[in-house]
Amino acid sequence: MNLGLGPSRQAAVNELFRRVLFLPPQSSTMASEIDHLHYFVIATTIAGASMVGLLALYWVLKYRVREGLAPRSDPAPTSPAWLELMLAGSLLGLFCLWWLIGYMQYVRLRVSPKNTLDVYVTGKQWMWKFAYPDGQSSVASLYVPTGRPIRVLLTSRDVIHSFFVPDFRIKQDALPGRYTTAWFEVPEPGTHQVLCAEFCGTGHSVMRGQVVALDPSDYARWLAAGNSDRVVGSLGEDPRAPLGQVGGPSLAGPTNVEGASEEDFPPAQLVNLVRVGTQAAAQQGCLRCHTLDGTPHIGPTWAGLYLGRVPLTTGEVVTADEAYLTESMMDPLAKVHAGYAPVMPSYHGLLSPGETAAIVELIKDLRDVPGRTEPPAERTAEGPPPAAGAIGRAPQERPALPLRQAPGQGPMPPAVEQGLPPPGLQPNPPPVGTIEIAGPNGTRRTVPSAIPVQESKP
Amino acid sequence: MSAPAEILAESTPEPDYLSVESGIWSWLNTRDHKRIGVMFLATVTAMFLIGGCFALAMRTELLTPNRTIMDAMTYDRMFTLHGVTMVWLFLVPSIPASFGNFLLPLQIGARDLAFPKLNLMSFYTFVLGAVITFGGMMVGGTDTGWTFYAPYADSTPTDVVPVVVGIFILGMSSIFSGINFIATTHLMRARGLRWGNMPLFVWTIYATSVIMVLATPVLGMALALVGLDHALRLGIFDPAVGGDPVLFQHIFWFYSHPAVYIMILPGMGVISEVVTTFAHRRLSSYVAVAVSTLGIAFVGFLTWGHHMFVSGMSTFDAGVFGVMSMFVAIFSAIKVFTWTGTLYRGQILVRTPLIYFFGFLFLFVFGGMTGVALATQSLDVHWTDTYFVVAHFHFVMVGGSVTAFLAAAHLWFPKMFGRVYNERMGMLTATAVFIGFVLTFFPQFLLGNMGMPRRYYSYPPRFQFLHVLSTGGAWLLGGAVLLAIGNLVVALRWGARASANPWHSRGFEWLTPSPPPKHNFPVTPQLDFSPYDYSMTEEEARARAGAR
Repeated sequence: MNLGLGPSRQAAVNELFRRVLFLPPQSSTMASEIDHLHYFVIATTIAGASMVGLLALYWVLKYRVREGLAPRSDPAPTSPAWLELMLAGSLLGLFCLWWLIGYMQYVRLRVSPKNTLDVYVTGKQWMWKFAYPDGQSSVASLYVPTGRPIRVLLTSRDVIHSFFVPDFRIKQDALPGRYTTAWFEVPEPGTHQVLCAEFCGTGHSVMRGQVVALDPSDYARWLAAGNSDRVVGSLGEDPRAPLGQVGGPSLAGPTNVEGASEEDFPPAQLVNLVRVGTQAAAQQGCLRCHTLDGTPHIGPTWAGLYLGRVPLTTGEVVTADEAYLTESMMDPLAKVHAGYAPVMPSYHGLLSPGETAAIVELIKDLRDVPGRTEPPAERTAEGPPPAAGAIGRAPQERPALPLRQAPGQGPMPPAVEQGLPPPGLQPNPPPVGTIEIAGPNGTRRTVPSAIPVQESKP
Repeated sequence: MSAPAEILAESTPEPDYLSVESGIWSWLNTRDHKRIGVMFLATVTAMFLIGGCFALAMRTELLTPNRTIMDAMTYDRMFTLHGVTMVWLFLVPSIPASFGNFLLPLQIGARDLAFPKLNLMSFYTFVLGAVITFGGMMVGGTDTGWTFYAPYADSTPTDVVPVVVGIFILGMSSIFSGINFIATTHLMRARGLRWGNMPLFVWTIYATSVIMVLATPVLGMALALVGLDHALRLGIFDPAVGGDPVLFQHIFWFYSHPAVYIMILPGMGVISEVVTTFAHRRLSSYVAVAVSTLGIAFVGFLTWGHHMFVSGMSTFDAGVFGVMSMFVAIFSAIKVFTWTGTLYRGQILVRTPLIYFFGFLFLFVFGGMTGVALATQSLDVHWTDTYFVVAHFHFVMVGGSVTAFLAAAHLWFPKMFGRVYNERMGMLTATAVFIGFVLTFFPQFLLGNMGMPRRYYSYPPRFQFLHVLSTGGAWLLGGAVLLAIGNLVVALRWGARASANPWHSRGFEWLTPSPPPKHNFPVTPQLDFSPYDYSMTEEEARARAGAR
């Protein structure tokens, strides 16, 4: 909206309109452009409503009669058709102009540019979880570098949520069972609130988070910190945690970032359950019987197991959801996979709740790995979204499946609800063997491999 | 010249419909469209007041960022109660079932509706649906909002099934009334009454009925499926068992967007009657209003996708829905031009309904234009699911439909009950309703701009100032509405007797005495002239209608 003003005057006019309309700061590259259309549309709306109202008022005052209606000598003038058509036509032209500008902006909002940094976003009742392609994940806080387009790939584990960042003027529904995308680019470092905009249950209004835009060098430091296997603070995995607080005065949990600056929110909630799970599985000996790459062994492979149909020795078929996986760790002989010997010992008391959750998360992460013998490297060639190998895969294609089948259970295994995590989960002795897998952006990463473990002495 | 008029109006031998029979049973078992209309009017007014109480409770809760008077679960139930009550128990039946029922036969010179027993059945179906819906919400405590979005509605711990059953039954009531109105309009018009001379209120009730009959079954389908999904885990909408969550939104809005026109079209009809009655002249373009009424009814079926721009639909689909939404707005704009133009060179009598007309005009234009703004897609991305949307549809639904409902109540009060209300009080409350309304909902536009999402129990403190303003306005609005209705209720008993045509209208309904006799017209009138022809005197109109 160039009014022929200099850049500083134009900025001042923009700032005036923004404040009058109570709009939040324009913190993304698209925001100010969208706001300019907003000013145009709203100014016209107010002018239109006022003009109609004032004209009506003027005519009422002019043609008002107090008493004694006289019969009309003429049948009163009608508005000529050309006038009606002209008014309607010009208004339609105006509306179509709005539509055209708005549609072009909308297409730009929806179609992300090339070379985006992808972040996978999972909504669940009632938290946001962010997973980065190279393995980290964080809860409630999305860390992004400035000056680079960020694409968020959204999904939900339970009901529909909506990822709304008022400062960026973006909003996109997160749907269970499919993924949607949105993108933004933040020019300046800063913190911006994330709100859930689609009603999702009792905790809907506390399902908040933040986007922390960091200077690229700070972002690199943050990434490096995340790569050091640091597991700090709460895993934030307990989906029931906010519920207990809802209704009380203490709603301002860690996700309430009102007035916060980024310094108030150091990246303290870094979690990487998959990494923790891989280590725990190696340490506890799970990988002596179970493989991660689809190779059959003493026990069923974990690849592609999650939410698969598991035939039992009893002839029943169950779904390998979180409840079943947890039960199989704690009471393995209750439901034995057909075709496998009932040899697994119980890990009840051996695995901490945090380790149990982490192993479940690892198995979930391996869901899209085909459950048959196949070299892991070939999987990298598989179609969209980029097959990121097994570890660190974001959950974009997982149909979000809460454990509604499990009576009386929330979306997480019982172990998790008992309190998480063991804070002192130390890095293990280095894994016996490693494999290299491809990350989504052409990176290659090293993860512990099952195979050498099998070869080591039982 | 005045002799036939007296035959028709004054010396009618039949007693009026209110006093022709007495006793509760004579009301409960009546087939008289006027009595059924009055019963509907009392019922929907009660629903409106109950729904308003829920709104005030909600607004009070929102005074502070966290808990004020209720917990989160109660709040979620409260906005569901408010939405369901206002949409299905008030707005959808409000004008058609009460004033439409009462006036449609009078305005076309008929003795009753085509199917009087179906009409009574429609009323009892409505009562049954209302009882089940309310009972379900009180016992099961549904918390999904009036939109029942899946898969939340599939998995909510509260009970959804009784409520969707209740609304399903309410839909049947809508369909019964719709069929009745369509049949009556086609078959029972008085001799000489062409479609081109039909009162505009009849046109809008007719168009509304067409939407009701076409769209309500789709709502029934959507709700039945969501109920089955919730109860049996059928997996229609729940992706956990192979369903499609967005499908629900398509089906739901296929009904619920046209339902918006079910709610506003009758209001437009009322406004057309108010403006001609009090400007004492014909409409500046009858054809424009009639044609745009049908245009809204048709194009309204093609815009539902504009509720779903951020649901992940393709940009092409979104573009088509966006441009269709622009077209539907034009029909409303044509009506606004026509109403405003009708004031030009009128003989304007400023009375309570005209004050409501003013409120309607400003609020509807503002609400409608913000609707166009919302259909502008890049802006919708920021606004959708925020208070901007809440403010927009309250401008249209409350500023439009409720204002029109109150205008209708004041315009036709003397017709229905043969008494006049306190005019000064009426004008005062109409003004207070307008001020309270603006104070309630204007801050909500700004809240939406700030990014305050809908259905938030607790909110970041930066939103509090505007919430407090809005809550203050809501209490003012609530008080004003209560006074306005109270003014009418008082006049029922203590109001002065009205003359047959206190506004000197030429509308056909005023050709009979007020209140009308049981069978409306002693002799079937001959209506071969326009109900907006103010070049005739009242006596001439009566004579022409009564003369064979």
